[in-house]
Amino acid sequence: MLAPRVIRLLEDIVGKEQVTTDATDMLCYSYDATQQTFLPDAVVFPENSEQVSLVMKMANVENVPVFPRGAGSGFTGGSLPIAGGIVLVTSRMDRIIEIDEDNLVATVEPGVVTEQFQQAVEKVGLFYPPDPASLKFSTLGGNAAECAGGPRCVKYGVTKDYILGLEVVTPQGDIIRTGGPTMKGVVGYDLTKLMVGCEGTLGIITKLIIKLLPLPEAKKTMLIMFDSIDGAAQAVSAIIRGKIIPTTLEFMDAATIECLRKATDLDLPQEAQAVLIVEVDGDKDMIDRQAEKILNIVQPLGIVNTRVATTAAESEDIWKVRRSVSASLRNVNPDKFNEDICVPRSRVPDMIRKVNAISEQYQIPIVNFGHAGDGNIHVNIMIDSKQPGQSEKAEEAIKEVFAGALELGGTMSGEHGVGNTKAPYIPMELDPAAVAYMKTIKQALDPKNVLNPGKILLEDAPLEAQVN
Amino acid sequence: MSEQKKHKTLEDFRAEIDRCVKCGACQAQCAVYKTLKRESTVARGKVAIAEALLDKDLPLNDRFVLDMSQCLLCGSCYDKCPNLVPTDEIVMAARREIAERQGLTTFGKALTGVIKRPKLMDLLAKSGQRFGSMLFKKVPEHSGLRLRFPVPFIAQDRAIPEIAKVPFRERYPQPLTGDSEKVPVAFFTGCMINYTYPEVGEALVKIMRFMGIPMVVPQGQGCCGLPAHAAGDAATVDLLADNNVAAFAQQPGVVVTACASCNAGIGKHYRDMGGAYTELGEKVVDVLKFLVDNGLIEKLKALPSATDTLRVTYHDPCHLRTQGITAQPRELLRALPGVEFVEMEGADRCCGLGGTFSVYHYDTSRKIGARKADGIAASQADVVASACPGCMMQLQDSIEHAGLSQRVSHVLELIADRLPDVS
Repeated sequence: MLAPRVIRLLEDIVGKEQVTTDATDMLCYSYDATQQTFLPDAVVFPENSEQVSLVMKMANVENVPVFPRGAGSGFTGGSLPIAGGIVLVTSRMDRIIEIDEDNLVATVEPGVVTEQFQQAVEKVGLFYPPDPASLKFSTLGGNAAECAGGPRCVKYGVTKDYILGLEVVTPQGDIIRTGGPTMKGVVGYDLTKLMVGCEGTLGIITKLIIKLLPLPEAKKTMLIMFDSIDGAAQAVSAIIRGKIIPTTLEFMDAATIECLRKATDLDLPQEAQAVLIVEVDGDKDMIDRQAEKILNIVQPLGIVNTRVATTAAESEDIWKVRRSVSASLRNVNPDKFNEDICVPRSRVPDMIRKVNAISEQYQIPIVNFGHAGDGNIHVNIMIDSKQPGQSEKAEEAIKEVFAGALELGGTMSGEHGVGNTKAPYIPMELDPAAVAYMKTIKQALDPKNVLNPGKILLEDAPLEAQVN
Repeated sequence: MSEQKKHKTLEDFRAEIDRCVKCGACQAQCAVYKTLKRESTVARGKVAIAEALLDKDLPLNDRFVLDMSQCLLCGSCYDKCPNLVPTDEIVMAARREIAERQGLTTFGKALTGVIKRPKLMDLLAKSGQRFGSMLFKKVPEHSGLRLRFPVPFIAQDRAIPEIAKVPFRERYPQPLTGDSEKVPVAFFTGCMINYTYPEVGEALVKIMRFMGIPMVVPQGQGCCGLPAHAAGDAATVDLLADNNVAAFAQQPGVVVTACASCNAGIGKHYRDMGGAYTELGEKVVDVLKFLVDNGLIEKLKALPSATDTLRVTYHDPCHLRTQGITAQPRELLRALPGVEFVEMEGADRCCGLGGTFSVYHYDTSRKIGARKADGIAASQADVVASACPGCMMQLQDSIEHAGLSQRVSHVLELIADRLPDVS
């Protein structure tokens, strides 16, 4: 419970209509895509950086934790109010302020939905490549805070590669600007890169200056079926080694294909043990040559079947295969742990072998698909949490999956971040000195630990909301 | 039959509620959420609220009534839900729960008590009853029109079609003959075509004569019950469904609808009710799908070309789009001589009517409609075609409020206009 004084202060800052403590609203802002729930004590909907700044200043005086939230679609609990307190929602800060066609730069507020931004820039022939699976509903502020990725990152890089500058409200309530609209800039520390991916623990993003590219003229999508996972994995390495970087290089393993066969009427022959979806983009005359080159490279690697889309509708049909995966998994088991490890691209086959061994050892189905071109594999550990012992087995299996990725020189998360769900595993990946370095930064910037406490660094104990 | 359980309770949806993993994909689909931007308005929020009611974590209070009213029942969230959580059905079950627990006949009555708008109520007191009763003199008490246009709706500044002098069904008491070897089609008109858009029915008569398909307009039929469904009024749904089952009992062939909402009302919803209701529900087919399946496209392509050209765009009614009926209306329009078909931006977005929704949340409904109008303006079409009289009314209202000049037509009217006269 927050003191009535705190609620009054919030109402003074954002207006009575934009603060709620209603039990229904507390429930509705208690969750994200991790299916954990933590009830906040109040939810606020600020409309500008000044209001966000005043909320943070008040939170420092009153010792109340604040949890910034975009669309609440994160996979690691980054926006969850794990210590009660205030959820600060950016949904009203949703203006595209400027699309500067002279400089290929846009300025936006954090609550803009990623797909809406992409559509707006594509209308004027420009391109914002990062495409997380949640792009139809997640926000640019959330994407930047988590440094979101997506299938197109193979060729175009991730969110941080497109953020030139930010306006940020610091944990103590100052409004600062980092970077700027120029393509170069080396004055002072690169605070932009520090903020992108900090999961809202070091500041609240209130404006983003985004780099844009010219929109590619055309694209071509191919679906290639292999008779073995090794063939598909070798194809990935061979394509990269062949000095071609496709736009996307998505893969699905045999378990995924089996799920699709059971749940959909998609045409996937029994011999297909792995599938790659490859897309190339660029000038019209270039993409045909690229596609041909790729098909030549993969030819000796045990191809079952190849489909090359010649129209937008056929391309859509191919992507439908990929998009049907998530829903089809439910038939294996009702609950899934969706991990997103990333390994050096050449080690994807080794990683798949490790995961299969772990699945065998724990007798838990594990379904793998994802962004093979990045070495970023979505490892889905499928359990029925109502069955006794399954959750514990899954915990153990997850730990082994992480250990396996780290052994291969990889990381335990390519896209989803740490939040509170992966925080316990941080010592597996980061050495104590690196953790101490991060803690020093957090403590210096947020001495009272009021901004998104308990995320990333587990030991910084969550601050309990004050009872007055 | 009335002893048998025809309508699921909220508790019956436990498994579906459990399936929601709070991924948030529904945020991209919900027109209400996109307008109000509050989590309690989007599907995963409503599912969480419904679950909390079942678990007794939240009471059935005014807030619950309001939250369950904030749904267009368009089914868009279900359509794109990775786990196929039927939030529209869950909301309808919640509305029945509200009516039942509060001892009211309809959810609308509970909602009227929650939404206190003195200005509107004054207006009603002064002019409503007189105006309302005059307008609805010809419309039976249980007609969906009365639920769709209760007095508060009429008192608002809204474009409403006129009530026909002679209702459509009264014009065709006798079967319409066609090729004798063909099984006659039964036409379920729905209230809006019968009372306010009889010209849509007339267009269908002309098309069926052109196709040589015999058609019957069963006289005993009434409202499909969808508005009563949306109002949580299970008793009225049953009453209306029994009436329609009796009215169509003698019909051997398919039952066509030219109203997307009625199609859901006597199609999808009857199929879920079991027994004779399911049997009737399974015979129901949207008229545009029926016409395409029966070769109208080829016949239209054979018509002589027209000299003048009409630029036509199409709005997808939610109740057809969620059944996957999106290609047929477009194919028909493309095949028409003298029609240049253009897509508009957001053709698949709900128009914002949502039955009861627009009655009680007219401001939100109008904002959703305004976004629709933006797409219509950008398409530079002369005519907006659709396949649902409810959408047609809302679209016309949105167009007028946006100061645009487009005409709204049913696809059937555009087809009929281009057919030669057959006696």
